[in-house]
Amino acid sequence: MSLAKISSLTGRGVFVPGNDIDTDRIIPARFMKCVTFDGLGEFLFYDVRKNADGTDKPHPLNDPRFEGATVLLSGANFGCGSSREHAPQAIQKHGFKAVVAEGFAEIFYGNCVTLGIPCFEASREAIAKIAAALEKNPQTELILDVAKQEIRFAGQTVQAAVRPSARDALVNGRWDAIGELLEGLPTVKTTAAKLPYLAA
Amino acid sequence: MPKSLFQKVWDAHAVRALANGQTQLLIGTHLIHEVTSPQAFGMMRDLGLKVLMPHRTFATVDHIVPTDQFAEPYRDPLAQAMMDELRKNCAQFGITFFDRATGKQGIVHIVGPEQGITQPGTTIACGDSHTSTHGAFGAIAFGIGTSQVRDVLATQTMALGQLKVRRIEVNGKLPPGVYAKDVILHIIRQLGVNGGTGYAYEYAGSTFDGFTMEERMTVCNMSIEGGARVGYVNPDETTFAYLKGRPYSPKGTAWDAAVANWKSFASDPGAKYDDVVKINAAAIAPSVTWGINPGQGITINENVPSPETATSADDKTGIIEALAYMKLTPGAPIKGTKINVAFLGSCTNGRTSDFQEVAKFLKGRRVAPGVKAIAVPGSQIVALQCEKLGLDQIFRDAGFEWREAGCSMCLAMNPDKLVGDQLCASSSNRNFKGRQGSTTGRTLLMSPVMVAAAAVTGAVADAREVFGVGQN
Ligand code: SF4
Repeated sequence: MSLAKISSLTGRGVFVPGNDIDTDRIIPARFMKCVTFDGLGEFLFYDVRKNADGTDKPHPLNDPRFEGATVLLSGANFGCGSSREHAPQAIQKHGFKAVVAEGFAEIFYGNCVTLGIPCFEASREAIAKIAAALEKNPQTELILDVAKQEIRFAGQTVQAAVRPSARDALVNGRWDAIGELLEGLPTVKTTAAKLPYLAA
Repeated sequence: MPKSLFQKVWDAHAVRALANGQTQLLIGTHLIHEVTSPQAFGMMRDLGLKVLMPHRTFATVDHIVPTDQFAEPYRDPLAQAMMDELRKNCAQFGITFFDRATGKQGIVHIVGPEQGITQPGTTIACGDSHTSTHGAFGAIAFGIGTSQVRDVLATQTMALGQLKVRRIEVNGKLPPGVYAKDVILHIIRQLGVNGGTGYAYEYAGSTFDGFTMEERMTVCNMSIEGGARVGYVNPDETTFAYLKGRPYSPKGTAWDAAVANWKSFASDPGAKYDDVVKINAAAIAPSVTWGINPGQGITINENVPSPETATSADDKTGIIEALAYMKLTPGAPIKGTKINVAFLGSCTNGRTSDFQEVAKFLKGRRVAPGVKAIAVPGSQIVALQCEKLGLDQIFRDAGFEWREAGCSMCLAMNPDKLVGDQLCASSSNRNFKGRQGSTTGRTLLMSPVMVAAAAVTGAVADAREVFGVGQN
């Protein structure tokens, strides 16, 4: 199995302002009684996006101008809280391919990379510039360059860092351990053959 | 060079070094349940992967099953959907499923040992933190996340960094009325809920040598509550006697070869440990937690701590938060605290021996008025064994509800939930905020016999006094 080499991606963006957006905000805990992560996309930011009766609250994700955005932009310490994989899954299943923020919680960052979601860390000013361009023209195309660690849009370029281990993993298509584990399969079989309880 | 069991099992299962310095570790036995496996199977389908060793993968259903309703469909459609999904996945990928109709269903950590699947010198993984239970047999058993469940399904391996090993030696005879549960609560209180971070715990000493397999499982089960990734006891004659004749145990001539092999995995005399802790069994007393993590425990005759007794600023913040949530009076005795619910069960203390021990004292007594008491066998086999011994009748006569097998009120993903701020005397392993199904519900962890003493008196009590334990 070969994983996509994610060295750059292109798409439209949506800005969800705020700092310390935690995993419970990203996906409320009650939606964890589920058999697949698939349906999680529609519950992304559910409690800040929907009223109790299921109608929409004002929220960037409910704004038709940003429908179809694949890049999520936000503030500082994005994804803090629990280690549950449901949060990055919900983001991915909603259709996002990358997240740009001032900073990320450690475990969330790792979980995202395992799912092949590049996380870019950019300054508040850089994110504000992108947000302003999106506000002016929601169709603005963002080019997120993992290898060069920059984001290009509407004739501008801003710096956006991707942590070295994640960069290496994404660019070389090693972001998910499964690839490397599968490569080891022949050795797995010889190791198993030496163990009596597995040899049979 | 003399080696510990952990090192030997690790070496035997190490496939190769990975680019990031971790080890690709072979997982011989994979246990799955309905909550953390469906998403992993979804990923397998997305990636077009097959289960590498379906015959080394075993499934059961435990968390969401109702314990008062056997027939399907379940009242909760989400529970039914999770059940259906597991059935479908097992059928499609050729995995053995101990479904309810087999009579072998139960909590995953009770089923593995019961079937003889859990064996010494093996590696075991399960998408569940209490997988450490299986270490009682001298296995190295890891709780893992959903992506790792997928990794193990597809490759029978996972990426893992080495652990340090701490030997915890408990020596001597436990005083009457003191149980394995008290031993692990004592260890966690002493070493802290994060004390085991980065460690495998090796439990040893004459107390463990004398323990039954059930008692060893109770201790290993809660290793994770002390922050350790795994916990184990070296295999010995007690282990082999337990395994002999179980459905998945080796038979005939293969048995002798297996025992010889299992013995070879036990820690060598003189093995080096990263840390050694020694505990005197005589110093352990019946324990009960008063707070919101399993390290916040005291012995039955101690008082609830007050913020002034804190040993550090962090400790103080912890005590204040816990007292506010638990609504307990600082400095007051824990004994005499009124309870609303008594829960017997879980992978910590839901085995036949637990119900047997409680029944000895419960016979002829009644649950106090106003207390809801439920007894939930950890597996269908446990239920059957208890019923054959007539224990279910003793529980019913005493005013307990005798239920079907499952996790039940340990984490209340099924309909068994606390209501409001009810206080529950519980034989389970976690007392986190909201753990038993109500966001304000309160849990006091203790041994099953202490739960029974609380049930019959309606308040936290010293089982030694209530039941005259140790006084002939
Ligand atoms: S009994 Fe409780 S701790 Fe054990 S597996 Fe079930 S929910 Fe988890």
